[in-house]
Amino acid sequence: MRRAVALSAVLFLGALLLLAVNLYLPPFGSFPERGLGGFEGRSIGQHILEEAPRATGSANIVTSVVWDYRAYDTLGEATVLFTAVCGVVMLFRALGRRGR
Amino acid sequence: MTGMSLIVRTVSRLLLPFMLLFGAYVVLHGHLTPGGGFQGGVIIAASLLMLVLAHGMGRIQAAIDLLRLELAEALGGLILVGVGLAGVVVGVAKFYGHVLPLGTLGKLFSGGDLPLLNIGTGIKVAAGIALIFYAMLRMAGGEEL
Repeated sequence: MRRAVALSAVLFLGALLLLAVNLYLPPFGSFPERGLGGFEGRSIGQHILEEAPRATGSANIVTSVVWDYRAYDTLGEATVLFTAVCGVVMLFRALGRRGR
Repeated sequence: MTGMSLIVRTVSRLLLPFMLLFGAYVVLHGHLTPGGGFQGGVIIAASLLMLVLAHGMGRIQAAIDLLRLELAEALGGLILVGVGLAGVVVGVAKFYGHVLPLGTLGKLFSGGDLPLLNIGTGIKVAAGIALIFYAMLRMAGGEEL
Protein backbone atom coordinates (compact mmCIF):
# COMPACT_ATOMS: atom_id res chain seq x y z
CA MET A 1 0.00 0.00 0.00
CA ARG A 2 2.72 2.45 1.00
CA ARG A 3 4.68 1.50 -2.07
CA ALA A 4 1.72 2.20 -4.33
CA VAL A 5 1.19 5.59 -2.67
CA ALA A 6 4.85 6.48 -2.99
CA LEU A 7 5.00 5.37 -6.62
CA SER A 8 1.92 7.34 -7.57
CA ALA A 9 3.26 10.41 -5.75
CA VAL A 10 6.56 10.18 -7.63
CA LEU A 11 4.78 9.73 -10.95
CA PHE A 12 2.44 12.66 -10.24
CA LEU A 13 5.28 14.98 -9.25
CA GLY A 14 7.36 13.91 -12.25
CA ALA A 15 4.50 14.58 -14.65
CA LEU A 16 3.95 17.96 -12.99
CA LEU A 17 7.62 18.87 -13.40
CA LEU A 18 7.67 17.79 -17.04
CA LEU A 19 4.54 19.85 -17.69
CA ALA A 20 6.07 22.88 -15.96
CA VAL A 21 9.26 22.53 -17.99
CA ASN A 22 7.24 22.36 -21.18
CA LEU A 23 5.10 25.34 -20.30
CA TYR A 24 7.32 27.83 -18.55
CA LEU A 25 10.96 27.36 -19.55
CA PRO A 26 12.24 29.04 -22.72
CA PRO A 27 12.50 26.61 -25.65
CA PHE A 28 15.66 24.54 -26.04
CA GLY A 29 18.54 26.53 -27.56
CA SER A 30 17.20 30.00 -26.77
CA PHE A 31 19.04 31.79 -24.02
CA PRO A 32 17.52 35.14 -23.02
CA GLU A 33 20.45 36.15 -20.79
CA ARG A 34 22.72 36.13 -23.82
CA GLY A 35 21.83 39.73 -24.57
CA LEU A 36 23.54 40.79 -21.33
CA GLY A 37 26.95 39.58 -22.50
CA GLY A 38 26.76 41.23 -25.89
CA PHE A 39 26.21 37.95 -27.75
CA GLU A 40 22.85 38.80 -29.31
CA GLY A 41 23.72 38.04 -32.90
CA ARG A 42 25.55 34.75 -32.56
CA SER A 43 25.85 32.00 -29.99
CA ILE A 44 28.71 31.95 -27.49
CA GLY A 45 30.17 28.91 -29.24
CA GLN A 46 30.18 30.72 -32.57
CA HIS A 47 31.77 33.76 -30.93
CA ILE A 48 34.57 31.65 -29.41
CA LEU A 49 35.14 29.75 -32.66
CA GLU A 50 35.63 32.99 -34.54
CA GLU A 51 37.55 35.01 -31.96
CA ALA A 52 39.62 32.46 -30.02
CA PRO A 53 42.65 32.02 -32.34
CA ARG A 54 43.15 35.77 -32.60
CA ALA A 55 42.39 36.54 -28.96
CA THR A 56 44.53 33.80 -27.36
CA GLY A 57 47.10 32.94 -30.03
CA SER A 58 46.32 29.24 -29.68
CA ALA A 59 45.51 27.12 -32.73
CA ASN A 60 43.74 24.53 -30.58
CA ILE A 61 40.45 26.15 -29.61
CA VAL A 62 39.72 23.52 -26.95
CA THR A 63 42.91 24.46 -25.13
CA SER A 64 42.13 28.15 -25.47
CA VAL A 65 38.77 27.53 -23.80
CA VAL A 66 40.17 25.22 -21.12
CA TRP A 67 43.16 27.35 -20.10
CA ASP A 68 42.12 30.83 -21.20
CA TYR A 69 38.40 31.49 -21.21
CA ARG A 70 37.77 29.00 -18.41
CA ALA A 71 41.18 28.91 -16.73
CA TYR A 72 39.73 29.49 -13.27
CA ASP A 73 37.43 26.51 -13.77
CA THR A 74 40.33 24.32 -14.89
CA LEU A 75 42.34 25.37 -11.85
CA GLY A 76 39.49 23.91 -9.81
CA GLU A 77 39.74 20.69 -11.81
CA ALA A 78 43.45 20.49 -11.07
CA THR A 79 42.64 21.09 -7.40
CA VAL A 80 40.24 18.14 -7.46
CA LEU A 81 43.06 15.91 -8.74
CA PHE A 82 45.44 17.31 -6.13
CA THR A 83 42.94 16.62 -3.35
CA ALA A 84 42.34 13.10 -4.64
CA VAL A 85 46.06 12.34 -4.67
CA CYS A 86 46.50 13.77 -1.15
CA GLY A 87 43.58 11.67 0.09
CA VAL A 88 44.82 8.45 -1.49
CA VAL A 89 48.37 8.90 -0.20
CA MET A 90 47.24 9.80 3.33
CA LEU A 91 44.73 6.96 3.49
CA PHE A 92 47.08 4.30 2.24
CA ARG A 93 49.93 5.51 4.40
CA ALA A 94 47.72 5.26 7.48
CA LEU A 95 46.45 1.83 6.45
CA GLY A 96 50.02 0.64 5.89
CA ARG A 97 51.04 1.76 9.38
CA ARG A 98 48.10 -0.03 10.96
CA GLY A 99 48.88 -3.22 9.06
CA ARG A 100 52.30 -3.45 10.60
CA MET B 1 53.50 -8.35 -7.42
CA THR B 2 55.77 -10.31 -9.71
CA GLY B 3 56.79 -9.38 -13.23
CA MET B 4 55.67 -10.90 -16.50
CA SER B 5 57.48 -12.98 -19.09
CA LEU B 6 60.70 -12.04 -20.88
CA ILE B 7 58.81 -11.02 -24.03
CA VAL B 8 56.62 -8.54 -22.17
CA ARG B 9 59.56 -7.12 -20.27
CA THR B 10 61.62 -6.60 -23.43
CA VAL B 11 58.78 -5.03 -25.38
CA SER B 12 57.92 -2.72 -22.51
CA ARG B 13 61.54 -1.62 -22.28
CA LEU B 14 61.60 -0.88 -26.01
CA LEU B 15 58.25 0.89 -25.91
CA LEU B 16 58.92 3.10 -22.90
CA PRO B 17 60.95 5.90 -24.57
CA PHE B 18 58.44 6.19 -27.39
CA MET B 19 55.52 6.42 -24.99
CA LEU B 20 57.32 9.07 -22.96
CA LEU B 21 58.13 10.97 -26.15
CA PHE B 22 54.53 10.80 -27.32
CA GLY B 23 53.30 12.01 -23.94
CA ALA B 24 55.73 14.93 -24.02
CA TYR B 25 54.61 15.72 -27.58
CA VAL B 26 50.95 15.77 -26.58
CA VAL B 27 51.75 18.07 -23.67
CA LEU B 28 54.04 20.46 -25.55
CA HIS B 29 51.77 20.71 -28.60
CA GLY B 30 48.68 21.14 -26.47
CA HIS B 31 47.99 24.57 -27.90
CA LEU B 32 48.47 23.43 -31.53
CA THR B 33 47.03 19.94 -31.94
CA PRO B 34 44.39 17.94 -30.07
CA GLY B 35 45.62 17.05 -26.63
CA GLY B 36 46.97 19.06 -23.75
CA GLY B 37 48.28 18.72 -20.25
CA PHE B 38 45.70 16.30 -18.91
CA GLN B 39 45.88 13.89 -21.82
CA GLY B 40 49.65 13.93 -22.19
CA GLY B 41 50.13 13.57 -18.45
CA VAL B 42 47.96 10.48 -18.41
CA ILE B 43 49.99 9.00 -21.30
CA ILE B 44 53.23 9.56 -19.36
CA ALA B 45 51.73 8.05 -16.21
CA ALA B 46 50.50 5.05 -18.23
CA SER B 47 54.02 4.44 -19.56
CA LEU B 48 55.35 4.36 -15.98
CA LEU B 49 52.56 1.96 -14.98
CA MET B 50 53.37 -0.31 -17.90
CA LEU B 51 56.87 -0.57 -16.46
CA VAL B 52 55.46 -1.66 -13.09
CA LEU B 53 53.15 -4.23 -14.64
CA ALA B 54 55.86 -5.73 -16.80
CA HIS B 55 58.76 -5.81 -14.34
CA GLY B 56 56.94 -6.20 -11.06
CA MET B 57 56.91 -3.93 -8.06
CA GLY B 58 60.05 -5.40 -6.52
CA ARG B 59 62.42 -4.33 -9.27
CA ILE B 60 60.79 -0.94 -9.83
CA GLN B 61 60.62 0.00 -6.18
CA ALA B 62 64.28 1.02 -5.99
CA ALA B 63 63.93 3.24 -9.04
CA ILE B 64 60.94 5.32 -7.98
CA ASP B 65 60.92 7.84 -5.21
CA LEU B 66 57.46 8.62 -3.87
CA LEU B 67 58.62 11.82 -2.21
CA ARG B 68 59.96 13.03 -5.54
CA LEU B 69 56.65 12.24 -7.21
CA GLU B 70 54.78 14.17 -4.53
CA LEU B 71 57.16 17.09 -5.00
CA ALA B 72 56.64 16.97 -8.77
CA GLU B 73 52.88 17.07 -8.32
CA ALA B 74 53.13 20.04 -6.00
CA LEU B 75 55.50 21.73 -8.47
CA GLY B 76 52.94 21.34 -11.26
CA GLY B 77 50.25 22.85 -9.07
CA LEU B 78 52.59 25.70 -8.17
CA ILE B 79 53.21 26.40 -11.87
CA LEU B 80 49.46 26.58 -12.51
CA VAL B 81 48.80 28.95 -9.61
CA GLY B 82 51.97 30.93 -10.30
CA VAL B 83 51.07 31.62 -13.92
CA GLY B 84 47.60 32.66 -12.81
CA LEU B 85 49.03 35.02 -10.20
CA ALA B 86 51.62 36.35 -12.65
CA GLY B 87 48.70 37.75 -14.64
CA VAL B 88 47.62 39.63 -11.52
CA VAL B 89 51.05 40.84 -10.45
CA VAL B 90 52.89 41.61 -13.66
CA GLY B 91 50.74 42.23 -16.63
CA VAL B 92 47.14 43.00 -17.10
CA ALA B 93 45.90 42.83 -13.49
CA LYS B 94 43.68 39.88 -14.34
CA PHE B 95 43.73 36.33 -12.98
CA TYR B 96 45.08 34.15 -15.82
CA GLY B 97 45.60 37.13 -18.08
CA HIS B 98 48.34 36.57 -20.65
CA VAL B 99 51.79 37.72 -19.53
CA LEU B 100 53.87 36.34 -22.41
CA PRO B 101 53.35 37.66 -25.96
CA LEU B 102 50.88 35.77 -28.11
CA GLY B 103 53.25 35.09 -31.01
CA THR B 104 52.26 33.91 -34.47
CA LEU B 105 49.39 31.46 -34.70
CA GLY B 106 50.44 27.86 -35.26
CA LYS B 107 54.08 28.16 -34.15
CA LEU B 108 55.39 26.14 -31.21
CA PHE B 109 56.22 29.27 -29.22
CA SER B 110 52.83 30.92 -29.40
CA GLY B 111 49.67 31.16 -27.40
CA GLY B 112 50.99 33.33 -24.59
CA ASP B 113 50.81 31.48 -21.28
CA LEU B 114 49.02 28.41 -22.63
CA PRO B 115 52.15 26.26 -23.23
CA LEU B 116 53.38 26.98 -19.70
CA LEU B 117 50.00 26.02 -18.26
CA ASN B 118 49.95 22.84 -20.35
CA ILE B 119 53.42 21.87 -19.10
CA GLY B 120 52.34 22.50 -15.51
CA THR B 121 49.23 20.39 -15.98
CA GLY B 122 51.27 17.64 -17.64
CA ILE B 123 53.73 17.42 -14.74
CA LYS B 124 50.91 17.52 -12.21
CA VAL B 125 48.70 14.91 -13.86
CA ALA B 126 51.55 12.50 -14.69
CA ALA B 127 52.94 12.62 -11.16
CA GLY B 128 49.51 12.50 -9.55
CA ILE B 129 48.17 9.50 -11.48
CA ALA B 130 51.44 7.60 -11.10
CA LEU B 131 51.43 8.38 -7.37
CA ILE B 132 47.87 7.08 -6.92
CA PHE B 133 48.67 3.82 -8.68
CA TYR B 134 52.00 3.29 -6.92
CA ALA B 135 50.37 3.89 -3.54
CA MET B 136 47.60 1.41 -4.31
CA LEU B 137 49.98 -1.19 -5.73
CA ARG B 138 52.23 -0.94 -2.70
CA MET B 139 49.27 -1.39 -0.40
CA ALA B 140 48.20 -4.42 -2.43
CA GLY B 141 51.69 -5.79 -1.90
CA GLY B 142 51.31 -5.17 1.83
CA GLU B 143 54.12 -2.66 2.09
CA GLU B 144 54.30 0.69 3.73
CA LEU B 145 54.71 3.85 1.72
